Amino acid sequence: MWTAIVVAAAGCYLMKLAGLSVPRRALDHPRVEAAAARLPIALLAALVTTSTLTSGRALVLDARAAGLAVAGLAVALRAPVLAVVAAATATTALVRLVL
Amino acid sequence: MAAIAHPRLPVVRDAVGIGVATGAFGLSYGAVATAAGLSVVQTCALSVLMFTGASQFALVGVVGAGGTVLAGALTALLLGSRNALYGLRLAPLLRVRGARRAAAAQLVIDESTAMALTRGRPGFWATGVAVFVCWNAGTVVGALGGAALADPRALGLDAAGPAAFVALLAPRLDGRAARRLAVVAGIVALLAVPVTPTGVPVLLAAVVALAVRR
Repeated sequence: MWTAIVVAAAGCYLMKLAGLSVPRRALDHPRVEAAAARLPIALLAALVTTSTLTSGRALVLDARAAGLAVAGLAVALRAPVLAVVAAATATTALVRLVL
Repeated sequence: MAAIAHPRLPVVRDAVGIGVATGAFGLSYGAVATAAGLSVVQTCALSVLMFTGASQFALVGVVGAGGTVLAGALTALLLGSRNALYGLRLAPLLRVRGARRAAAAQLVIDESTAMALTRGRPGFWATGVAVFVCWNAGTVVGALGGAALADPRALGLDAAGPAAFVALLAPRLDGRAARRLAVVAGIVALLAVPVTPTGVPVLLAAVVALAVRR
């Protein structure tokens, strides 16, 4: 386990460093820039759905979905991140308590 | 409070807000990681050394779900690859060299990148440091309280991650193309969950992002 921790952590760090160290010329390419703008959108959207609607490798619909809906509402109302997270966790806990 | 607010105050306030939110997330990570069989020291080492939440959750998730340590590490690395692309975007913004670049690199994560792109350099450093401190503090408390928090779900903490991701995603959905990409990527990843190894669905979303033209 320790080997995996050290190797994976070192790899993750080196990828962060590599991104900062690539010559600026690489960014001048409009396709690279456009792709870099799209990546976080796709990844965050994927993280939203997979972390809300799955359990292991199964698709599930549980209290987290209610939390996510409230989070979406809070974001639409321009609530700060902390309030968004607090509203989502409280809602999820409450739904679990009731159901 | 002084009548004339320091211009950086809102940035610091938002950074601390994001930090506290990720601290709560770190609490659940610490509890989940120890429940997956990692020691308290291993759990905390990951938060200090790896410091990229999705990869950490992936690593302990795969190991906890019975996957091999190698598969867990590989998934973590693949998930962490997005930070290289964040770094690519941040480089011209931060313009750091030497030791500062080495320090900045560890802070290149979802939250600091999102804040840097909207608030510039102070947003990056304030958010990076706030999240690093809170994430690690949350990890320690979560790992130590792992037994007491044996079921973090009861507190709804498993919804903290999705909520944070939504909060980070929303400001980026500034056009029809962006919204369409988010919907497609989210659905593709979800449909891939039952048929691909843990961690791969999110990477498929990255493939979607690179495949679309506009």
